[in-house]
Amino acid sequence: MWKLLQIELYKIFKRPRTYIAFGTIASLIMIVQFGLKLDGKEYVDFMLSTIPGFELGGNVLNGYLVCYITLMMLLINVPLLVTIISADMISGEANIGTLRFLLAKPYSRAQLIIAKFLATVIYTFLLLVWLALFALLLNMLLFGVSDMVIFKSSYIVVIKSNDVFWRYLGAFGFAFIAMTTVAAVGFLLSIFAENSIGPIVGTMSIIVFFTVISTLNIPLYSAIKPYLFVTHMNNWKEFFDEKVDLNNSTISGTIQNPQRIINSVLVLLGHTVGLLAVAVFIFKRKDVLS
Amino acid sequence: MFLLLGFSTFADAQDMAPLVNKLKAKLDQVNDYQATGVLKTDIAFIKAPVSRVKVYFKKPNRFRLVKDGGISILPKGGLSVTLNNVIDLGNFVALAAGDATVDGFAVKIVKVLPGDDANDLVLATLYIDEKNLLVRKANITTRENGTYDIGLTYGKFSSYGLADKVVFSFNTKNYKLPKGVTLEFDDEAKTTDAEKLKNKKGRVEISYDNYVINKGFDDNIFK
Amino acid sequence: MPMQHIIQVTGLTKQFNNLTAVNNLSFTVNEGDVYGFLGQNGAGKSTTLRMLLTLIAPTAGNIELFGLPLNTHRREIMQQTGAVIEKPDVYKYLTAYENLQLFAKLSGIKPTTQQLMEQLDMVGLNGREHDKVKTFSQGMKQRLGIATALVHNPKLIVLDEPTNGLDPQGIADIRNLILHLSRERKKTIVVSSHLLNEIEQVATRVIIIDKGKKVIEGSAAELFDPSQTVLELDTLNNEAALILLRQSQWAQFLQPRRSGTLILKLNRTVIPQLHTWLVQQGVQVMQVQPRHSLEDLFLQVTSGKQHVEAFTN
Repeated sequence: MWKLLQIELYKIFKRPRTYIAFGTIASLIMIVQFGLKLDGKEYVDFMLSTIPGFELGGNVLNGYLVCYITLMMLLINVPLLVTIISADMISGEANIGTLRFLLAKPYSRAQLIIAKFLATVIYTFLLLVWLALFALLLNMLLFGVSDMVIFKSSYIVVIKSNDVFWRYLGAFGFAFIAMTTVAAVGFLLSIFAENSIGPIVGTMSIIVFFTVISTLNIPLYSAIKPYLFVTHMNNWKEFFDEKVDLNNSTISGTIQNPQRIINSVLVLLGHTVGLLAVAVFIFKRKDVLS
Repeated sequence: MFLLLGFSTFADAQDMAPLVNKLKAKLDQVNDYQATGVLKTDIAFIKAPVSRVKVYFKKPNRFRLVKDGGISILPKGGLSVTLNNVIDLGNFVALAAGDATVDGFAVKIVKVLPGDDANDLVLATLYIDEKNLLVRKANITTRENGTYDIGLTYGKFSSYGLADKVVFSFNTKNYKLPKGVTLEFDDEAKTTDAEKLKNKKGRVEISYDNYVINKGFDDNIFK
Repeated sequence: MPMQHIIQVTGLTKQFNNLTAVNNLSFTVNEGDVYGFLGQNGAGKSTTLRMLLTLIAPTAGNIELFGLPLNTHRREIMQQTGAVIEKPDVYKYLTAYENLQLFAKLSGIKPTTQQLMEQLDMVGLNGREHDKVKTFSQGMKQRLGIATALVHNPKLIVLDEPTNGLDPQGIADIRNLILHLSRERKKTIVVSSHLLNEIEQVATRVIIIDKGKKVIEGSAAELFDPSQTVLELDTLNNEAALILLRQSQWAQFLQPRRSGTLILKLNRTVIPQLHTWLVQQGVQVMQVQPRHSLEDLFLQVTSGKQHVEAFTN
């Protein structure tokens, strides 16, 4: 199993396609950084224009806020980057003809598919570590650190500088779990295809479709909303909201709705496990005709 | 129209300028100060931590609040329009508007109107403790930054007229965060504290624990 | 203990929806055989070989390899089996050497650099070991594919249409490689093709399947037996020639006619005599086409197939 995983990772990191994702993330982040470095004041002024009569003092546009802005812009695109690999894991091998070679080796199909999925998960993990490196650490270096001001839809949260970093660890961890679910969708679809285009388009369509459903405020759809994985994908933001005491002062180290994070994690993990189980079940019975 | 009516009522009242000038003389002892304290913000739609602040003041009315390495979110101009802005008018009309009690202290209510139309201050109502020569409470209306109340509690720096605790309160009803501005599309239900926060007056409270008075410091702090 | 049967297949059937791709097929491959699997495209060769490799699950029937049931001893069996199915199965973004190393690892062995280089040398890829496969010709990819199938030194090698898409030189290379593996390395080899002459040149045993069913199975020696040569004779007047033949010593060799031409089954060595006799009788010969019986059989199967295709198209 370990050997299979090694081989799968070797294959992933030997192919040019893999580095497209890393390159894309680095360049997107640098574009955001560049823009905010030049025009950040405008951005902050724009945020502030929503609360006339108040003024912000201090380094508002610090690394922590820039990271948050970056994540909001980028996490929409990461599923695509995860999918270009996950949706290719099996279909890609069917396409180049190596799948039948792999399956005629002394490993069971379940072993092979789980090794392939684990490799995808590791790729996803490294992608998020890469994202964290650029979006968080580089921004901390470039923009410095200070308290973090977040404009929620109906209130503003100010989080103390020394209370932020662990939230990002949580947020990236959460994003990892969410992206693993996305990877599992692409992975499952990749069983049915003989090139990666179909599964990539399929996965993105599913995400877009469910996102639209979960954004529409129609009672019928609201009922299924809690069960859609896309609804939960953005809940990393929950890490950036604090409880307040009776004086409306924030309590350091708290999260406003920890239960929401736990729920989302459970829903996402449930989806991942379910999708993988279906993938194993189908793949074990599949006739390889490619 | 209403403003004119207001003036005519004050015209009959007793001139309180001497009391205000006496107060000014007391506050004038202080050329500058640096103070440290704790800032608490209690505004309906702002969740902010309690944080330590440094406050700098130089005559006549230069004022700066610095949060230790952090970010402050405060009513615009609110905290810098202090008593000194009122007291330092030079050209003003001070009218008596009755007596009252604030925190158990007997006070005279004094309405102060700037003689100069260009001034940001429109009207200040001071609740002056005549006996101790301290302002216990103030209600200030400005052109730019609306109306707010200032409550003052004194301790060991009362001889300089410097409060241990200053509470600014103002109405936050007019402030509303438009949705979507921050790319956040979270549902309304998320603001669990919304009820608690709703229709509350905004309060910013600074509790000073120390003043360093008339020791001088670099003007750069105000830049 | 020498093993008799390397592959034993009984009653193998595969149903894809309404199509029966393999129909109650039974055959045996013995140790040391080069087992030729002949049939038209779509006859069920590939499906059968894929079932041997567990790529396709049979609908019915039994497969034993090395005397072990495939469905319960897959791992042990696959450790001793190497396969190339149709196209070359390699990673284009890796070099030849990296591909070979990867498949060695997959097979659970760790060959030395030298061993790997020798393997690549054997399939004629010396000098190109460290080039990416995407720069390779089809023939080179195919040879690399075979090298990867052999890297773990399996006892059984399954080659499905190994010469597909190759140029004549490539085809010859593969043929020589099969002969080398069989004679020098004592491998048991199953090789499929839709071309008789490819199988003829390497196989020790042959099976022909059509529409998923076995048409004939036998040793190459008997199927390619020169005494069983089928002669197709076309003359200016076949009716007259037939009368002459019936009255001659050649009558015993006559077979039913096919689409006008005359068919005789005889020993290859007597064909010159027949020819001389025909000329003496004044028969104007237009064409004499000798084929051994297997080829003849295969052609009949093929032409029947083509007939059907002509109708269905």
